[in-house]
This record gives sequence, structure tokens and C-alpha cells, in this order.
Amino acid sequence: METEGELLATSELRLERAHLVAMAAHCLSCYPEEGCGLLVGELSSGTVVEVHPTTNVAASSQLYTVDPLAHLRIDRAAEDSGLSVIGVFHSHTHTDPWPSPTDVGQAPDPAWHYVLVSLRHEVPSTRSYRIVDGNILEESVVVIGN
Amino acid sequence: MPVEVRLPTLLRPAVGGQPVVSVEGATIGDVLSNLQTAFPGIEGQLLTEDGSLHRFVNVYVNDDDVRYLDKLDTKVSEGDVISILPAVAGGTA
Repeated sequence: METEGELLATSELRLERAHLVAMAAHCLSCYPEEGCGLLVGELSSGTVVEVHPTTNVAASSQLYTVDPLAHLRIDRAAEDSGLSVIGVFHSHTHTDPWPSPTDVGQAPDPAWHYVLVSLRHEVPSTRSYRIVDGNILEESVVVIGN
Repeated sequence: MPVEVRLPTLLRPAVGGQPVVSVEGATIGDVLSNLQTAFPGIEGQLLTEDGSLHRFVNVYVNDDDVRYLDKLDTKVSEGDVISILPAVAGGTA
């Protein structure tokens, strides 16, 4: 297990520009409710291979819950492809892209990447975090490919 | 009767890194209890102190969430696949 210091020094989320666009587009389509979805990829390198928008079954502007059955299906398909669910994205419709106490309290896995898409301003703003033992560690978002 | 239990990444270190383990049990409650006994590192992460399913954990028999079946009394049969996944939630509030 990495220490927090190692996480801060090395953690990054690697994805293509199309993945950023897909997350922002889904979050905008869900507005004024929060949008959410899962990231599938390679856990060891933090590389996103697929973005899976899901239904926010909380149907709220302040809360999100990833559709559990969609999570099950996405997880199975990822495992069958030799990949993993490596994180989750969701929108903050009126606040900055910083994890809320609810986000931190309910973060299920310290190995995951927690991506926030803020719709506070005209252009969506995307940041990524690791959440370890209740501590928030912002990581670099590295755009790869075209 | 052993059934296949698929584990989330969070719990895999407690079972030697395996994504899938085989566990005996006739109900979901038996399976989870036997899983905890076999792998003590899991204890407290699936069941609460009063023995109910932790609210941030979802457990499925094949495609069905056990909360909508008979919860921990849900029967399992040979060939069933049990999946354990974290509930994924949060928000601004």
C-alpha cells in the first residue's frame, strides 16, 4: 500500500481528451441534477480506457448515487476485458470541483480516482483526487493521445 | 456447497489479491459469515456489529440485489455467482 506522501508524489489520472468531453457532456445533460458515471481502465497506471455515464438514481442537484445494477454490469465487463473500475466522476452543479464532506465520507476505495466536474462556470472544470483515510489528495490530470 | 464470490478491489488484499474466491454457504448470510471467518481482514467491512448488511455495500446473486430478495436469508444454489460491490455515492450536500 502506498503512503500518502507517495500518493501525492506519483498519483495521476491519464485519459484522452474525448474522455474529458464525454464526462462534461454527460454532466451537462443531467443538469440541474448531478451527473455521474464510472471510469474503467488500468488501475496500476491510472489510465482511463472507457468512460461509462450512469443514471444518478438519487436524482438530485446535491447528491449522486451510481445506479448499482449498472455498476455491476460495468464491473463484470471490465473484469472480462482484463480492466477494472478505477474511479468515479460526478458533477458539482453550483460549486467548485473540490470533494465535499459527503464525497469524502462515502468514498469507497482509496485506490480509486475521484473526478469532479464543476458546472459552476460557463466552461466545465474537471479535477481529479485520491481520497485516502478521509484525506483529499489532488492529482494531475494528464491528457494522452489526440 | 461452494459458490463463487467476486470481490471488489478494496477487499482483494485481504484475500491474497484474488478477485474471486470460493466459499461455502446455503444463504447469503452464511456465505458472508464464512467469508469473514476464512479471511478475517474482511471482518467489519460487509456486516455491521448487529449482523446486518453494511449500508455502503451492495451484494448480488447473479443479477439480483439481495436487498430486493430476502436480504441475508437469500438462498444460493450451486453455480450462482455472488458479487460484492461498494455503493458509489456522494454529492455537494
